[in-house]
Amino acid sequence: MNVGIAGYGVYLPRYRIKVEEIARVWAADSERIKNNLLISEKAVPAEDEDTATMAVEAAREALLMSRVPPDKIGAVYVGSESHPYTVKPTATIVAEAIEASIESTAADYEFACKAGTAAIQTCMGLVASGMIEYGLAIGADTAQSAPGDALEYTAAAGGVAYIIGRHSLIAEVEGTHSYTTDTPDFWRREGQSYPSHGGRFTGLPAYFKHVYNASKGLMKKLELKPDDFRFAVFHQPNGKFPRKVAEMLRFKKEQYLPGILVDKVGNLYSGSSLLGLARVLDLADPGDRILLTSFGSGAGSDSFSIVVTDTIREKRSTGTRVDDYLKNKKYVDYAAYARLRRKIKV
Amino acid sequence: MSIPRFWRSIKSRYNLIATKCLSCGGTYFPPRAICPKCRRRSRLEEVKLGGNGEIVSYTVIHSPPEGFDHKGPYIMAVVKLDEGPCLTTQIVDCEPEDLKIGMKVKKVFRRIREDGEAGLIHYGFKFKPRGDG
Repeated sequence: MNVGIAGYGVYLPRYRIKVEEIARVWAADSERIKNNLLISEKAVPAEDEDTATMAVEAAREALLMSRVPPDKIGAVYVGSESHPYTVKPTATIVAEAIEASIESTAADYEFACKAGTAAIQTCMGLVASGMIEYGLAIGADTAQSAPGDALEYTAAAGGVAYIIGRHSLIAEVEGTHSYTTDTPDFWRREGQSYPSHGGRFTGLPAYFKHVYNASKGLMKKLELKPDDFRFAVFHQPNGKFPRKVAEMLRFKKEQYLPGILVDKVGNLYSGSSLLGLARVLDLADPGDRILLTSFGSGAGSDSFSIVVTDTIREKRSTGTRVDDYLKNKKYVDYAAYARLRRKIKV
Repeated sequence: MSIPRFWRSIKSRYNLIATKCLSCGGTYFPPRAICPKCRRRSRLEEVKLGGNGEIVSYTVIHSPPEGFDHKGPYIMAVVKLDEGPCLTTQIVDCEPEDLKIGMKVKKVFRRIREDGEAGLIHYGFKFKPRGDG
């Protein structure tokens, strides 16, 4: 279909909190949590950072890499479950801040952790139909978690942006396939500060069923097998789930480990699988094929097969790479974390 | 801040849109209606500033004004941009002890303030160390 990625950009905040520090406050066994979740620390936004600011930073990086003039961006979609306003689109703030065409279309998406890949699919459709030249699809979140809840060890913050178009592509999207059911594994009701979840129910009937079936469905549609891919990237709510689903799909460690970053940054929600994709795009060579499968609670998965082009080497020389963000960090204690995340009401 | 006043400043706050006088070559930020040097001979046009500069002076705010409660201590600096104009801005992602006059900084997009729990969120530029001096 000759539609693909013209550029991508990532943003991770500078602060991190370690699993041991959260476990200390709740008198929990940090070693057990680390072994169960396969996570060591997570990214924490600064007091003045939110989904809109991180989306803008990621989008500016993506534009820089793509070399696409901002006024050629005809659509801006921001996927998140932590939009700063309930009513007032984040996408308008992003579009203004990147100086997209004022004749562009823009909207916010919500589908738990897969709203970012839903935005990519929408941009692909608009580009393929000729309605727009380039679209900007973003997954960004400052994920919420109730104090003391198991989610608090993983719920993190960050943003990832992709510019979707037809020309000057660093990677072509060969095909996409989705799998959606009504599965109540995780939700947040209107007016509630923190989400609720079904504990172990988030595993087999939710994450594994959807990620497995979307990935299998895509490979069947495109007549591909796991050996045809150099990298496989999955949504990563913790370190265990993506490893397990990768093994179920018969991918090898060298295919799936480079795209797993949750142990260092936590679960970026809408940006989670998109960050993994950015990392493997940072490493990929022309001709490499990448499988990407997201998961959003509620529940659904979008799977993509992506083939890297020769243009990637030249475009990758500009901007900040994922590993640069991993290195630039400052640890905070739980007290500072609680203040930054507004868990202390004054 | 009133909604129209906030709305009018979005372009300059989000993207450092300044005015340049074609008569004298001076660049001004925030944007001006007339050139302070050329007055009635002003020939102004909008220019976008690149967002790179260096710290000319700074201070650390320990007693924040109303609307910034519990946000201190934070750093305010005068930054001279590569194109010439100076502006007052917050410096983020930096500890006060690591600050230096002459430090290279670049613009970032952050929340500036909020009109309470139910009001508008004001976004705009702040600056952070560029990491190369």
